[in-house]
Amino acid sequence: MPRLARGVRTRFDPTRQKWIVLAPERLFVPDEIAFEIIRRCDGTATVGAIADDLAAAFHEQRHVVLKDVTALLSDLAEKGVVVT
Amino acid sequence: MIDPPLAVLAELTHRCPLQCPYCSNPVELERSKTELSTAEWIRVMREIADVGALQVHLSGGEPMARPDLDQIVAAARDAGLYSNLITSAVLLTEERMERLAGAGLDHVQISFQDSEPARADRIAGYRGALAKKKRAAEAVRMCGLPLTVNLVVHRQNLTTLEDLLTMAVDLLPQRIEVAHVQYYGWAIRNRAALMPTPEQVRSALETVERARERLRGRVTIDHVVPDYYGRRPKACMGGWGRRFLNITPSGKVLPCHAAESLPGMVFETVRERTIGEIWRDSPAFDAFRGTSWMPEPCRSCERREIDWGGCRCQALAITGDAAAADPVCDKSPDHVTLTSFTNQALAEGAPDLVYRRYGARAG
Ligand code: SF4
Ligand code: SF4
Repeated sequence: MPRLARGVRTRFDPTRQKWIVLAPERLFVPDEIAFEIIRRCDGTATVGAIADDLAAAFHEQRHVVLKDVTALLSDLAEKGVVVT
Repeated sequence: MIDPPLAVLAELTHRCPLQCPYCSNPVELERSKTELSTAEWIRVMREIADVGALQVHLSGGEPMARPDLDQIVAAARDAGLYSNLITSAVLLTEERMERLAGAGLDHVQISFQDSEPARADRIAGYRGALAKKKRAAEAVRMCGLPLTVNLVVHRQNLTTLEDLLTMAVDLLPQRIEVAHVQYYGWAIRNRAALMPTPEQVRSALETVERARERLRGRVTIDHVVPDYYGRRPKACMGGWGRRFLNITPSGKVLPCHAAESLPGMVFETVRERTIGEIWRDSPAFDAFRGTSWMPEPCRSCERREIDWGGCRCQALAITGDAAAADPVCDKSPDHVTLTSFTNQALAEGAPDLVYRRYGARAG
């Protein structure tokens, strides 16, 4: 069940009108989909549940969504932003 | 329209109990009586958020030398900034750590000079430094804050990189940073003693790669490869006046923390104008912003908006012209000069270190 790593937080930035992910020495502006995934990493939802939820919210096919979610999360885990 | 900066380095003081010979502070250290007051730093934190920056790195010197550090951290938190304390940690006791965590600090980065106490203390010019740092790392963990262990590497410790990494991992950080000494400030004086050999740099890459494999999913390792053996420069600070600004202890606002080495530049201070005004419109920030200031070979180069011509301070130091292409670039006519400096530093072997001190006459 993925969650944000210690020291990582998100906030809405009024200057840029965008959600930002803040981490030690890293800071990035996720695109809308990435943010929707990150937002759901609360340590209680499984990767599968996140994919279900997104597929329903965006009317997408689950297996397509699951692939995106898995790819993004493994990239973020590599960067130390998310822990699984 | 000028984009807002992302991050600010706030050098709260140049005072530091350590004397690292590679310190990036200017050789002319600012004295404590010129430092911004508590009220001024609190106002500065608000201005940093107002200009649109998201992160503030609290650094020095040794930021812990400021007894009002928790108030400054609280002001950063109130302004919505992500705060990172960059410290040598010899002053970071459990009690102070708890106060900082309570004030809303987000992250701590502790630098280590070596994994072997005698060598570590020799580089730091401070007895018992290593033991204190390890205790401080533990205190950070006890407070539940994320920790970055910063390993400063150079010719005299690169052969023991494996040991340095083992020590770092034992401190249970979220992140390890292998940082090669960069040659400005005090480090220029010690280039001959600290410049790594090309073989050392290559083997460091392999060592880090192996450690990454081993530690995948447990700790992130960042390794910034030094550019003096490269052929293309890095974008300095993400480009002059594009991402980043630096505030000195007395409140000067700089586009890069080494910018004071550039002659003829006037840097405004937070006592004169707001950070927003200085960022958007001041001679120092305008000087090398964008690409219109560039001479050849950068002007017509397809990488001009990738590396923004590299580092201005390096250009000045090697070519004598701050607007020249960074001599790391092999399109620069001065690339050969840089190579010969590097070789010369290596050939000179390891002379005595010049330690960072107030009023020291270095080289
Ligand atoms: S590099 Fe060393 S001397 Fe310089 S501020 Fe950091 S700890 Fe102090
Ligand atoms: S010529 Fe200038 S812009 Fe092009 S790669 Fe070299 S330093 Fe960068």
